[in-house]
Amino acid sequence: MLARARDPVTLLIAPTGGGKTLAGFLPTLAELAGNAPPGLHTLYISPLKALAADIRRNLTRPIDGAGLGIRVEDRTGDTSATQKRRQRVDPPHILLTTPESLALMLSYDDAPRLFAGLQRVVVDEAHALADSKRGDQLMLGLARLQAMHPGLRRVGLSATVEDPGALAHFLAPHPAPCAILIADPGPDPDIAMLDTDAPPPWAGGGAAHAIPEVLEQVRRHRTTLIFHNTRAQAEIFFHNIWLHNDEALPIGIHHGSLDREARQRVEAAMVAGNLRAIVCTGSLDLGIDWGDVDLVIQIGAPKNVKRLVQRIGRANHRYNAPSKALIVPANRWEVVECQAALEAVRAHDLDGDPRGDGPLDVLCQQILIAACAGPFQADDLYAEVRGAGPYARLTRADFDACLDFCATGGYALRAYDRWKRLMQRSDGAWQLRDPRSVRAIRMNLGTIQDTDTLKVRYARNRGGAPLGEIEEGFAATLSKGDTFLIGGQIVRFEGLRDMVVEVSRDAAKKPKVATFNGTKFATSTQLTHRILRYLAAGDWSALPAPVADWLALQARVSRIPQAGRLLIESFPWDGREHACFYGFAGRNAQQTLGLLLTKRMEDEGLDPLGFVATDYATLIWGLKPLTDAAPLFAPGVLEAGLESWLMGNAVMKRTFRASATIAGLIERNHPGMRTSGRQATFSSDILYDTLVKYDPDHLMLRITRTEAMRGLIDFGRLREMLDRIEGRVDLVRLNRLPPLAAPLLLEVGRVPVAGAARERLLAEEAARLMQEAGLA
Amino acid sequence: MTHHVFEFHGETLQALAAGALYWPARRVLAVADLHLGKGLRGVRRGAAALPPYEAAETLARLDAVLALTAAAQVICLGDTFDAPDSLGFLPEDARLWLIRMQAGRDWVWITGNHDPGPVELPGAHLDHLRLAGLTFRHIAEPAETGEISGHYHPKARLVTRAGAVRRACFLIDADRIILPAFGAYTGGLDCTDPTLDRLMGAGARAVLTGPRAVPFPMPRPASRG
Repeated sequence: MLARARDPVTLLIAPTGGGKTLAGFLPTLAELAGNAPPGLHTLYISPLKALAADIRRNLTRPIDGAGLGIRVEDRTGDTSATQKRRQRVDPPHILLTTPESLALMLSYDDAPRLFAGLQRVVVDEAHALADSKRGDQLMLGLARLQAMHPGLRRVGLSATVEDPGALAHFLAPHPAPCAILIADPGPDPDIAMLDTDAPPPWAGGGAAHAIPEVLEQVRRHRTTLIFHNTRAQAEIFFHNIWLHNDEALPIGIHHGSLDREARQRVEAAMVAGNLRAIVCTGSLDLGIDWGDVDLVIQIGAPKNVKRLVQRIGRANHRYNAPSKALIVPANRWEVVECQAALEAVRAHDLDGDPRGDGPLDVLCQQILIAACAGPFQADDLYAEVRGAGPYARLTRADFDACLDFCATGGYALRAYDRWKRLMQRSDGAWQLRDPRSVRAIRMNLGTIQDTDTLKVRYARNRGGAPLGEIEEGFAATLSKGDTFLIGGQIVRFEGLRDMVVEVSRDAAKKPKVATFNGTKFATSTQLTHRILRYLAAGDWSALPAPVADWLALQARVSRIPQAGRLLIESFPWDGREHACFYGFAGRNAQQTLGLLLTKRMEDEGLDPLGFVATDYATLIWGLKPLTDAAPLFAPGVLEAGLESWLMGNAVMKRTFRASATIAGLIERNHPGMRTSGRQATFSSDILYDTLVKYDPDHLMLRITRTEAMRGLIDFGRLREMLDRIEGRVDLVRLNRLPPLAAPLLLEVGRVPVAGAARERLLAEEAARLMQEAGLA
Repeated sequence: MTHHVFEFHGETLQALAAGALYWPARRVLAVADLHLGKGLRGVRRGAAALPPYEAAETLARLDAVLALTAAAQVICLGDTFDAPDSLGFLPEDARLWLIRMQAGRDWVWITGNHDPGPVELPGAHLDHLRLAGLTFRHIAEPAETGEISGHYHPKARLVTRAGAVRRACFLIDADRIILPAFGAYTGGLDCTDPTLDRLMGAGARAVLTGPRAVPFPMPRPASRG
């Protein structure tokens, strides 16, 4: 790293635990040692607040030990207002922060003074940031810093990725070339599937069946990280493992919905070596140095080989020893997926989707940030923004559309010209019309889309620390007396008070399951292809016997899905008709398939009621049986009317809501700003519907379409699936529940279809209630 | 059914699925809380500009209801305009549209909390109106009987075999009718809110608006069972 200290931009790729973070700081320490002028020299940005705090500890020790006289501070959403004010007046030499805090700092008019002496930027976990809009926002922020200091040097630190060139393009100031350093990946990991006595269940993600074997592994190792894909699963697993933890092995839990203090207690205990295991989620995916981890257990299918490899790297933070990992499939489908993932890891076959161009909703937010900082010329801002890798190809027309959106709303009906949010001065510079805008814009900064969450605390202890947070949507389903899990404890819902969920302790054994906003990743294309190949090969001897038997039964009573064909099973079950479509296109594309098919079935008079999608299949239920699939899959039928269908569906509305919030059209809900129940907010759905009806070419709808196509709609993978089957559709009519479809009946995340059948049921239910109440 | 027919203080009324109340014997149509100009509210204080199509959307719905009923008298139950000066900021074609709908009809503007003063449009501007034993006003008065009002934007939730549905609704009991908000950008208050629960008597019904008018017993707060 020192040899490259003067290079304008360097990307360092090393496996987890390679000591790369310290390497990123070496040039800074060398330049500042013993002779540090006042002012900010190096800015360090990581995706996690916890990482910033961790790095501060790890840097401060050697700096103080050697008496280098370098001040290191962090600044995140958790930093106190007093501390933030002081940092703006008297910045440290090294400031550790997050993309959101950087965006906020850049929105103040004194940003040029704060960043006056800035020489270097270190971007940690660049691979994780590049996967989300947070990375796009960060690159726009760095472009802003680069405009202030053309000589600014950048270093990106990344775990192993499938396409280093693409990451370098993302990181580098356009059009500067970016040097890539790839460290020795070290020995292959020691990875296997965990054998369990109990067979994996039909569905679900809890892996409760594997608890005895997991406990045995914890006992045999010094420190174990037990990764889960969602927070809800981590909570349930933590609860269950303690029910079996007879030796009272010290086991903690860590995830993003827990209160900060609870998380920090666990982190401190871990660093001190007081814990034998931590049940955790993606909140521990990234580089916090936990020292002595000698085993990683992945509960549930990894969905993505690259992430699995990065997680495995958490074990054995020494460079030349193999990492040790076990994966535990949580249900039968996942056994097959885990088998395929193991093969991919052994073959060093990483997966990943190419990164698209920088999204325009993030650009809109950047324009508002620029306006908060002070008046700007459009030409200057356009040139600055194009310096960010993701926006290198941004056209002037798109930039102008975003600027117009920020200024007037960008509507075909020019209704608000009198109240422009941004107005042009006589010298052509753009500025905010109303200084009061600044507050709302700053409140809305950032690109992280949390579903609205509510804090949970004990009713007896109103001033006490919250236990954590749950989704508002989940809270709405609770009635007094319901129990749920939070922070590993079962609590009883008492009521909602000032937008806080109040609970009491409860001795119940069977809690209701809280739905946290755990991200549901879709299984990668590459991994689903491996799964199909594995199924087709017909040799399932590597699988646990119950799973091999399950597949054999499927082969006997129905068929095994094949790569080049689409299997559909149609069957009655529990008083309704069902149809299961094995597309193996990943959760999002299977969901889109569900939306398209139910629309077609509604047109065909099959009265669909709803559907549920997994990574492998879509299950649709309704009032009439599917007896002929040809009308659904005739060439072009699914594509026909795609546009009109797209515009009306719920996924588009969800995508619109996210993008409209980032672009500043809708303000985020802030707890405490809401008054009790009397607020008359209207839903973003109404805005969406009016735009579709009156202004279909509006910028926000364009952004929504682009987003949905590559995100929740994932039309690319649906197209890939349709191309793969080329009309080879096998419809099997059965009078029984087929083995492969059975797990889907237990899946959560059912999507209702708003069609004729629903209106009929609504009328029926209302009539029944009227009868019962004696009102009819 | 596009409307729900019911008896109220000796009169036969229709709760239309579109969210308006029709009184066929007198050819009277009542609508509440149009909130015309609401899109402008945030814009004026420097917030983001909401799509300026809410007036067109609301007026299109009103036009459709007028065509359906051939009403001779229209009573707007207050908060027709989101702010006292909203009319002045409506797009010109929206103002003309409103005046066109007024032509040949008797029109009453009840004042609301958002539009407390008279507006520069033809028609009577009243605090409340009594007509054949029924009283039309903006905010329900607990002691009143035979009263038709708006203001609260009631919504109700009905759980069916296929999941829950939440829509704007009428609330109807022996003495009172509360209309849903008719405007496009209007939120709502759930009918289990204590305020609405106190106003409505036992045996109250909610009539959901939407594709059809769906009457069912008004949901009550959980504590009352």
